[in-house]
Amino acid sequence: MANQEMEQLVRREYKQGFVTDIESDTVLPGLNEDVIRFISAKKEEPQWMLDWRLAAFEQWKEMTEPEWAHVNYPTIDFQAISFYSAPKSSDDRPKSLDEVDPKLLETYEKLGIPLHERAALAGVAMDMVFDSVSVTTTFKKQLGEAGVIFCSISEAIREYPELIKQYLGSVVPVMDNYYAALNAAVFSDGSFVFVPKGVTCPMELSTYFRINAENTGQFERTLIICEEDAQVSYLEGCTAPMRDENQLHAAVVELVALENANIKYSTVQNWYPGDEEGKGGIYNFVTKRGECRGDNSKISWTQVETGSAVTWKYPSCVLKGKNSVGEFYSVAVTNNMQQADTGTKMIHIGEGSRSTIISKGISAGRSDQSYRGLVKILPGAKGARNFTQCDSLLIGDQCGAHTFPYQEISNSTAQVEHEATTSKIGEDQLFYCRQRGISEEDAVNMIVNGFCKDVFKELPMEFAVEAEALLNVSLEGAVG
Amino acid sequence: MLEVKDLRVSVEDKEILKGLNLTINPGEVHAIMGPNGAGKSTLSAVIAGRDGYEVTSGSITFEGEDLLEMDIEERARAGLLLGFQYPVEIPGVKNVYLLKAALNAKREHLGLPELEAPEFMKLVREKLQFMKMDSSFLHRSVNEGFSGGEKKRNEILQMLILEPKLALLDEIDSGLDIDALKIVSEGVNSLRDAGRSIVMVTHYQRLLDYIVPDHIHVLSDGKIIKSGDKSLAFELEKRGYDWVIEEAAQ
Ligand SMILES: Nc1ncnc2c1ncn2[C@@H]1O[C@H](COP(=O)(O)OP(=O)(O)OP(=O)(O)O)[C@@H](O)[C@H]1O
Ligand SMILES: [Mg+2]
Repeated sequence: MANQEMEQLVRREYKQGFVTDIESDTVLPGLNEDVIRFISAKKEEPQWMLDWRLAAFEQWKEMTEPEWAHVNYPTIDFQAISFYSAPKSSDDRPKSLDEVDPKLLETYEKLGIPLHERAALAGVAMDMVFDSVSVTTTFKKQLGEAGVIFCSISEAIREYPELIKQYLGSVVPVMDNYYAALNAAVFSDGSFVFVPKGVTCPMELSTYFRINAENTGQFERTLIICEEDAQVSYLEGCTAPMRDENQLHAAVVELVALENANIKYSTVQNWYPGDEEGKGGIYNFVTKRGECRGDNSKISWTQVETGSAVTWKYPSCVLKGKNSVGEFYSVAVTNNMQQADTGTKMIHIGEGSRSTIISKGISAGRSDQSYRGLVKILPGAKGARNFTQCDSLLIGDQCGAHTFPYQEISNSTAQVEHEATTSKIGEDQLFYCRQRGISEEDAVNMIVNGFCKDVFKELPMEFAVEAEALLNVSLEGAVG
Repeated sequence: MLEVKDLRVSVEDKEILKGLNLTINPGEVHAIMGPNGAGKSTLSAVIAGRDGYEVTSGSITFEGEDLLEMDIEERARAGLLLGFQYPVEIPGVKNVYLLKAALNAKREHLGLPELEAPEFMKLVREKLQFMKMDSSFLHRSVNEGFSGGEKKRNEILQMLILEPKLALLDEIDSGLDIDALKIVSEGVNSLRDAGRSIVMVTHYQRLLDYIVPDHIHVLSDGKIIKSGDKSLAFELEKRGYDWVIEEAAQ
């Protein structure tokens, strides 16, 4: 479709307020106001949402890409990226596992993913996937009875505009950073969770139930709200390797915890890291932030990061409430040419707020990894406490690990502790295991999993098992 | 069982073993004694296949196979077990997990299926009891925070479960209290049989009261300079090593 035609189309559709049928499901590369109008129209969004996006775009244009992360990648040409592609229709998807890349299936096998789930993950058309529809239905019914809302953010914009207006962008403001502004302008889809006052969500919520239902990939936007005394555990991603034609991923995740609320957010990220030379891998620039607004509220981030060619990610907590608690447990693995710059920020505002940071970084191959952590104690945060432990494990001698801990403490009653270690995977440990008949590869896996134990034990049970398997797959060939 | 011939080994260009010969037959128990720094641990490390040791000449065969051609884990699966002078700590890895992985690796090598969990636990509990170890040791990280004596007991626990053909025990008695010495010795003795050989490195005659060796060797400056029966240990205990070294020099 020629540019001009599309512009017309977009305008026309916009006037009508919603789109019923558009032939092309992908916009031409490049970013301008019309593309944003197009996305908004596609999503059947109300005017206020479009205005919000356009305002974000105006601000983004004024901003420059951050350069301080300890990573190198070619400059991204934003005019070469296509900012919207619709969900693949059933016709475009593989009809059965026979049509799926055997290498991908081999990895699923190694990860121990059940057969019927493999089909869903590989993008086999949903209606061909065994039972998944009825699973989702039962699941929705149970949530509905508890009063929990769990849907796509597009649906939420249409169905729950008041909640969206109140909370969207309230934790990660549009202007927060370059990628957050970009996301605000062009976000494709994502999840919305609302747990009302006093409700403990009856099950763990997993994006898994929504995977491939929409092709949410590129600019995902997630918003989770837990009202007073409510609780939720949310699982993002899955251990299966995710391939995607889109190289740039810039997600935004916002969490809001009111008084006594408790949000646990667990991520297993396994985007395609590229080949051994790092070619074709995904750039993952994520802004994740949780706000403990109410007293005694708690937000806990647990993540296992193994994928992407370049990762830039700092899940953070803003601890406003009195005695609120923030936690960050992270395992990040880089192999071959991967680069990761990750860490967290704990902003202590409320009196007696506490935070814990446990970061385990594993570098292998020629990869490079940095931990960047900020602990900021504001003047009002009397008696605030932080404990940070940050361990790096190196496999081989061509990889790197760096630690950048920052502390800004403006209240003298605060206690901040920081421990950091860097170790090479011990030749003596490997020798010991191998002398007991355990192969070198199994020995490495065993030692690495041991190293990560403090984080894995924070993951929901079945996720922990998968995460272990994933780590083993990620480090294949790292030694010897 | 084990045949070491004219073995010369260097570490970082320094020759440590200087033409060492040793023959161990099935069913035999040998003790190797000798001054600090003589090369005893080096010998066991080279037999086990540890990296960083350069074999400049000589040979080691194990049941007729060229050991020097085999990987560390292949040697272990073939039935060689090294009891470490300094057992290694592995944070976060449960002791029981290591035991299971090791036993399964051996069983796989022998073409046997993995042991089912209840069977495995039964075996482990039995051996644990034999070593008078608390079952909490199973769920602690491998050797982490174990006392010196507990680490040594843990080595023998692994040996009881893996039932090696040849066990090389490097100073298994150091750091043991009197009761623990007895328990460890009973553990080792329980495995003595006609098809199995044991080599112990020790500094003290006392261990040899509990595990009576068939042969004793003195290793000094990279060579075995004297061999004898168990009475040699008493003589060494009384007179030290100087006279043996002088005798050998003549
Ligand atoms: N990696 C190494 N680098 C340099 N020298 C080494 C290395 N390993 C061993 N050596 C040297 O080799 C010699 C023999 O060491 P070994 O540990 O085999 O002695 P040992 O007989 O077991 O002594 P001990 O009775 O004290 O345990 C010592 O002089 C030691 O310093
Ligand atoms: Mg020694």
